[in-house]
This record gives sequence, C-alpha cells and structure tokens, in this order.
Amino acid sequence: MSNVDPVVNGDSGLDVDAIRAQFPILHQAINGKPLVYLDNGATAQKPQAVIDAVSDCYSSYYANIHRGVHDLSQRSTTAFEAVRGTVQRFLNAPSEDEVVFTRGTTEGINLVANSFVRPKLRAGDEILVTAMEHHSNIVPWQLLCDATGAKLVVVPFSDAGELDLADVAERLTERTKFVSIIHVSNALGTINPVEEIIRLAHERDVPVLLDGAQSAPHMPVDVQALGCDFFVFSGHKTYGPSGVGVLWGRYSLLEAMPPWHGGGDMIKTVSFERSEFAEPPQRFEAGTPNIAGVIGMGAGLEWLMALGLDKVAAHEADLLAYAHDRVGAMEGVRIIGTAQRKAGALSFVMDEAHPHDIGTILDNDGVAIRSGHHCAQPVMQRYGIPATARASFGVYNTRDDVDRLVASIDKVRRLFA
Amino acid sequence: MADDLMKLYQDVVLAHNRQPHNFVEVDPATHRGHGYNPLCGDRIELTLDVRNGVIAAIGFQGESCAIATASASLLTTTLEGRSVDDALAVMDAFNRTLDGDETAVVPETLQPLLAVRAFPSRLKCAGLPWASLSAALADDDAAASTEQGQGT
Ligand SMILES: Cc1ncc(COP(=O)(O)O)c(C=O)c1O
Repeated sequence: MSNVDPVVNGDSGLDVDAIRAQFPILHQAINGKPLVYLDNGATAQKPQAVIDAVSDCYSSYYANIHRGVHDLSQRSTTAFEAVRGTVQRFLNAPSEDEVVFTRGTTEGINLVANSFVRPKLRAGDEILVTAMEHHSNIVPWQLLCDATGAKLVVVPFSDAGELDLADVAERLTERTKFVSIIHVSNALGTINPVEEIIRLAHERDVPVLLDGAQSAPHMPVDVQALGCDFFVFSGHKTYGPSGVGVLWGRYSLLEAMPPWHGGGDMIKTVSFERSEFAEPPQRFEAGTPNIAGVIGMGAGLEWLMALGLDKVAAHEADLLAYAHDRVGAMEGVRIIGTAQRKAGALSFVMDEAHPHDIGTILDNDGVAIRSGHHCAQPVMQRYGIPATARASFGVYNTRDDVDRLVASIDKVRRLFA
Repeated sequence: MADDLMKLYQDVVLAHNRQPHNFVEVDPATHRGHGYNPLCGDRIELTLDVRNGVIAAIGFQGESCAIATASASLLTTTLEGRSVDDALAVMDAFNRTLDGDETAVVPETLQPLLAVRAFPSRLKCAGLPWASLSAALADDDAAASTEQGQGT
C-alpha cells in the first residue's frame, strides 16, 4: 500500500493507488497508452469486490428467490434481501421496506410516473421538471401528459448552469401535481439546490422525486435530510452491475400505490375473480429480478460506504477543481457548466474541433471520454451547441489522469489550429 | 494506430473541414436531402440543382464533425457536373467501401475519407452526407422531408 500523497490526492484521506489496484480493467493499455477512464458519468468500472460478489453468487449459491424451500433458494433469497438493508443504510432511509429494486433510474422514474402520478392526473394539471433533465426524466412525463392532457412545465437555468429558486417558486402553482428533478446534472455537473426546491414544493403539498443517478456515486445521500418523497438511482454508476437500480419511496406513498407491472412475486393470492397484491416493496417487483445483479449492486454500495462517501466526495471535488483550472486555462476551450456547486462532470467544447473529433483523438491517447448530447438534448439546445465533450470522474481517478486529459486536448488544439 | 489517426485527420480532410467547398444552399433547388445522426446530433442538408439529369449545382449546410464536414465537402466537389446516375454509382461504391467491400472502386478525390475504416465508431460520420444525398435523390417530392424520421 502506498501512502496518500496530498498533492496527488488532495486531502481526502483516500489511498487512491490502493483503490485503483482493486479495478482489474484499469490496468490495460488502449492504443498503446495506459487507460485513463473518464467516462464515469456513463457508467463506472467495477471493483474486484463486485466482480467477486456476482461470481460467488453464480458459482456457489444461485437459485431463484422467494420460491424454494431448498437450501440454495434460501441462501439466494437471504443475500438478495440483505441488499435492501445495504440500500437503507446507503440512503439513510427509515425502513428497508421502502427499497424497491428496479432495472435502473429510468425504470424507477417510469414506475413513479405510472403508478403514483398517473392516477392523480387530470387534464390541465402540471408536472414540474428542469431544463437540465436527462431524457429519462423528460420522456416518461411527456408520455403521461399526452395520455392525460396534463402539461410539462420546465424550470430554465442560467448560462452557468444554475437554477434560480425564484423561477421554481413562480412555476409551482395549484395545478402542479408533481416535481421531478435531477439532483446532479450529468451534462453540466451542477449540484442543484434540491433541499430548497423540496421545501418550496412541500409548502404546496407537492411530492418530489429526485433523479439521483449522478449524485449517488459522488456524495453522501440522506433521503431524510433531503426531505424528498422518491429517490432513484442506478447500480451501474455506483460501481455495481448494469440493469439494476433502486427506487426509494416513503412507505406511506408506496403503500397507496397500485402495482405497475403484474406477474409473479408481487401478489398475495391470485384467482380469476381477483388478485390480492403484496405489500411494498414486493408489490413493485413482478417477475424474477436480476438476482446476481442486485447482489452485485449491494457489494458496490458496501464498497463505497467502506471508503466513506464524504471522502469520495472530497477526492472528486479536488479532481474536478483541478480539471476546471487546467482545462479552463486552455485557449480555444470553453467549459459548459460553471455552477458554483458541481460534482462529477466537466463538459467542454473547442473553437475548432467538434466533440466527436475530440473524442477520437483522446481515445487514440488512451483517454476515454464521452462526446455527444449526453441524453440531455434540451441542455445542448440551451447553449446552441450540438454536443459537448465530457470528462467525468470516479473515485479511482487522479490528478495524473487530468494531466493526461489536458495533454491530449492540447494535441487536438495543435491538430486543428 | 497513431498513423491511422494521422491518416484520418490528414491535411486534405482538415482543410476541407476548415474551409468547406460548396458550403451554401443552392437556390432554387430541385432536390433537397436532410441527414441527421440522432446519436450525436450532427445534421447535414444537401441542396441540388439537377438539369437534364446532370447535377448543375450542389451545396451543403449543417453542423457536423470534421469527418462529416470533409465528407460533405468532398462529396460536392466530386459530384458537381456528374449525371445523377453517375452520382448514384459513386454513392453506392463509397457506401460499399465503408462497409468493407474491397472491390468497389471509389473516385480518387474521395480516397482521403477512406482512412475512417480504421475507426468503426466514426463510419456513420463519413456516411452522413451520403445519407443526405440518398434522401435527396430518392424522390423529388419527399426529398425535403427528413431522412431518418428525425425532426429537424
Ligand atoms: C442524470 C441521469 N438520469 C438518468 C440516467 C439514466 O440511467 P439508466 O440508464 O441507468 O436508467 C442517467 C444515466 O445516464 C443519468 O445520468
């Protein structure tokens, strides 16, 4: 184990070398250069603890859950159900019965839209979102609005990528039935003032969902302190497998919600006259879930909690600040998203080079970033650009990675000058 | 790989990106085709003035990466003055070459674009203006509509 170098790692107290050693995928060359993985906003890589948890499940105790009296089924069920407790601690939720397993953030939002919001919605009602939502927090509401005659109301943001609480307050009316907002923007990195927004919404008795896809991996989340009514995130961005995620909801709300999908595992009794639905969370988990995936997600969350989310946040804040300074100082480069409070992502455009060309040239140097609209086309439209290049950070990144990023951007500049 | 990169961004490509040829809207146009790549948001619109089966004028507009821009620019300089039949044959040869067909014969002027074959993730970029062309020449009436069912 190497000592923490305060220059390399900021003051977070994390041993980043030891962390990196736990990620087999990071230790390879891409196009002859050591990989620098800066596409964590899209998905995070997996530590050995997660790989082992999934592999262990399949190699030693896998069976279907909730269905068998045999030993393997019981062991699988126990391991699967234990993840609810892990998520409860991860979110500081009051109860593990409030933890619904989903396929990810997208499914969580669709579930709430269809099961919680839809039955309440009348023509003329309004759903409030922001202009910086991911498509997964736009399209489900548009579908709902199309079906019910309700209206999607959008809170704008400033050039820096910040919301103005006055704009939120102005758009919260007696017609507002639900607020669904992005906690941390995947395209801009902005940390939104969600506590204040939740307070404003609750003054009007409007429930609030937080899209936590980009907050859960990067900072401590406490749903009780935040005060939200629903919180959704994806396992694959919190160092776990893809295709699994979490919907957390207040039990009183979940309890009053009808099921969304029907099938096995979500009922008490079924007859052709009538079926009686299970209590939450099972009511919302029809069919055989991604058993090993959920167990892997649990391992990822345990791994993050063992590091300490406050340390993770401090380390990444240092990286982001360093990257802002270095990339921001480059001629011909413009950072998109300059909010006071940011986490995770650094989006930028260049005068001469299109984000796709930047992506190809960086990849040639072994630097993996994302170029495109990041499933946030309204954000691109707001800035009048088709796309951005985005470097997004994870706990295993270092200042050296930022230096490699900067050197490669410089190469783009020279090529396109 | 570094060599491939230098071939992809060779001087001809960079020059056509920096100062594209025929970066205009032909007006009046007999044919129009809109190409859109929903994955990256790039768009290229081609306008053509076809007289007696010959492309008398051709121009493009839009917003795209260096590869798509250079491809569009080279498309226009290559096809201007050719018959529509000839243009369709060039398009077919170019598309087949990008698909890995070694036997297709592509005009010399388009050769600089072929380095993109070493970059599978960028094939769509080189192909975008050709999708616009295909839409433009497909049907006179429908030509002004979007190529891939994507809004403008
Ligand atoms: C802010 C935000 N919301 C939602 C999503 C969708 O997550 P998933 O594709 O895992 O459902 C993402 C992932 O890209 C995201 O960044």
